[in-house]
Amino acid sequence: MAAASHAPTVDGLPVLRITPREGWFALDYHELWEYHELIYFFVWRDIKIRYKQTAIGAVWAVLQPFLTMLLFSIVFGRLAHIPSQGLPYPIFYYSALLPWMYFAAALQNSTTTIVENQRLVTKVYFPRLALPLSSVLSGLVDFGISFLMFIAMMFYYRIHLGWAMLMVPVFLLLAILTALGVGLWLSALNAIYRDVRYVVPFLVQFWMFASPVAYPSSLVPAKWQWLYGLNPMAGVIEGFRWSLAGRSRPPGRLIVVSSAVVLAILLSGVAYFQKMETTIADVV
Amino acid sequence: MWCEIDAVQTMSEPVIQVEGLGKRYRVGERERYLALRDLLTRAFTSLLKRNGKRSPDFLWALREVSFDVAQGEVVGLIGRNGAGKSTLLKLLARITRPTEGWAEIHGRVGSLLEVGTGFHPELTGRENVYLSGAILGMKKQEISRKFDEIVSFAEVERFLDTPLKHYSSGMQMRLAFAVAAHLEPEILLVDEVLAVGDLQFQKKCMGKMGDVAKTGRTIIFVSHQMNQIRRLCPRVVWIDAGAIRMDGAAHDVLAGYESAMFAGDGAKGLQRGAATKARFLRWEIAGSRPDQLHVLSTTGPVTVNFWVELAQPTRNGDHGVALFNAERQLMWAHAAQNLGLNPGVHVFSHSFPTLPLRPGAYQWQVSLWDNSEMLDLWDCLPEMNIATEVHQHYMDQWNGVLNIPAKFSHQHGEEVAIERASHI
Repeated sequence: MAAASHAPTVDGLPVLRITPREGWFALDYHELWEYHELIYFFVWRDIKIRYKQTAIGAVWAVLQPFLTMLLFSIVFGRLAHIPSQGLPYPIFYYSALLPWMYFAAALQNSTTTIVENQRLVTKVYFPRLALPLSSVLSGLVDFGISFLMFIAMMFYYRIHLGWAMLMVPVFLLLAILTALGVGLWLSALNAIYRDVRYVVPFLVQFWMFASPVAYPSSLVPAKWQWLYGLNPMAGVIEGFRWSLAGRSRPPGRLIVVSSAVVLAILLSGVAYFQKMETTIADVV
Repeated sequence: MWCEIDAVQTMSEPVIQVEGLGKRYRVGERERYLALRDLLTRAFTSLLKRNGKRSPDFLWALREVSFDVAQGEVVGLIGRNGAGKSTLLKLLARITRPTEGWAEIHGRVGSLLEVGTGFHPELTGRENVYLSGAILGMKKQEISRKFDEIVSFAEVERFLDTPLKHYSSGMQMRLAFAVAAHLEPEILLVDEVLAVGDLQFQKKCMGKMGDVAKTGRTIIFVSHQMNQIRRLCPRVVWIDAGAIRMDGAAHDVLAGYESAMFAGDGAKGLQRGAATKARFLRWEIAGSRPDQLHVLSTTGPVTVNFWVELAQPTRNGDHGVALFNAERQLMWAHAAQNLGLNPGVHVFSHSFPTLPLRPGAYQWQVSLWDNSEMLDLWDCLPEMNIATEVHQHYMDQWNGVLNIPAKFSHQHGEEVAIERASHI
């Protein structure tokens, strides 16, 4: 609730004004920063609980993309003979599954975060943005673990990591922002319409086939490439493949378009989330 | 542990200023979420009923509420259920937004609307202290600094690294309150949280609250228990039907509130009988200590006495008794019939093998009728405070109305079969 503003007074105490909602975009960066420790604790809680509740813990983070990679290599590679830019199929698929698995999980987790934390939302104040933000960030640990697996695979296939690898953080950031932008929309929608979370698995599935996970984006006809670029994950995934395995051309134009789209999703997501934020405690 | 804050600020300076505050809910919207299919049906019905343009019904939970609170004041907020106390607290705590008006608060606000906010059963006691502390607004460093104090207040030193789900509910409550008690905001908003737990625990919490009040912190405190309000709050604001009905010295406001309740203000549609024929005078739990006549601290046998004075005899008397919880749900009711009573003071006693109800505030309602004429009906004040040990599930959402000290045991299926066979 960002319109509650803080400003130090003469006596040094912060002054809080509680008013009806005003404006349609009022992100209080300062306040969000004040709560950065809480965001850290939310992330920490998510990770702790996830690993405590699953018997195999962190192994799951490796197993999931690894098995999917095997499946894709067999079905799309061996059986369907989809071109892999000259890369071994496991590398071709794993490098795309890295950001994709992260994105899919972040989307699912952020969708339900408001509803799952409804006891908090109705009992204590904190910037509600902290919830989707932390659920998007907590997936990074799994990402890190499965990334180590990827490095091991690169050694196995004797493929050298190039300088382009330094670009991975940029593409990862783009993936985080995409997940956050869409996650903001979905979490706010799900707080009001509870069946949204049933739609998300389908959304994720459709989205995967609209992204170059199972195939290279070069298969998409040139005249449709611009439309393809509107899917920010297309840029992210091609970016990952290029920077990690380094065979295709750098996806420059795709990235520019993707970044612009992500920015639009993110800004509209924040605006929508904040519009809903004012009523969330009344409906969840 | 509550460091003194600078006494520079004068008492006259309001730290909380509330001006024309109002909150409107759409009827049915409150505590209800939608499904996408609702949206579709709604769109469909509105297509059919184009001309029947119905404006949605609104309900003002709170309207035109204005008051100031000076630095260091401890203000009690009282009123019937649904009067708007909790809405006011939620607005000040920024959990929900006002529809109109504004409030200005000088200083950090800590709100304690529930004991154990943010606790997670899978995490250990230690982890939960940090998590809950952070959620309530403490910095990590601050929690680390007070950690030992919190743990010793809660008396859970030995179980710090045990997951919370293995704690008894009493231990969980102590730990939760300990965390909350170590908050150091300038302004503290507290809702009914002290109505939980056994008497020992309630006392400890009240003592702590008293300490907090003495250090010059500003507190707004909602409670149904008039004795708590009386002990803690010099000033009381009475909220009724979404507006302030009375605001002033505790003594005056409580007297006004209790006499309004006494006059049958609380019971919808039912008025007290013409007091000339009969009048309920007071009630108490038999055998309780004189300073705790209305506190039930046992799950064992209990007898409740109601004093009634009759001005005329009854031939075909009917005495009704009912017990309600704080949400005004009927817990139990009974009627004694065909009573022939002489004028004078009588004591009606009801004995129970046990009253296994969840700790909290409850209210008795007693009535006396003669040949279907109501002689008196009384919503008994003070309310009954059940402060027994909690025997409940460790998760809040699985806490039921009953509070039964059930035992659990288990044995192998084969043993049961053998046992059964040996009985044949």
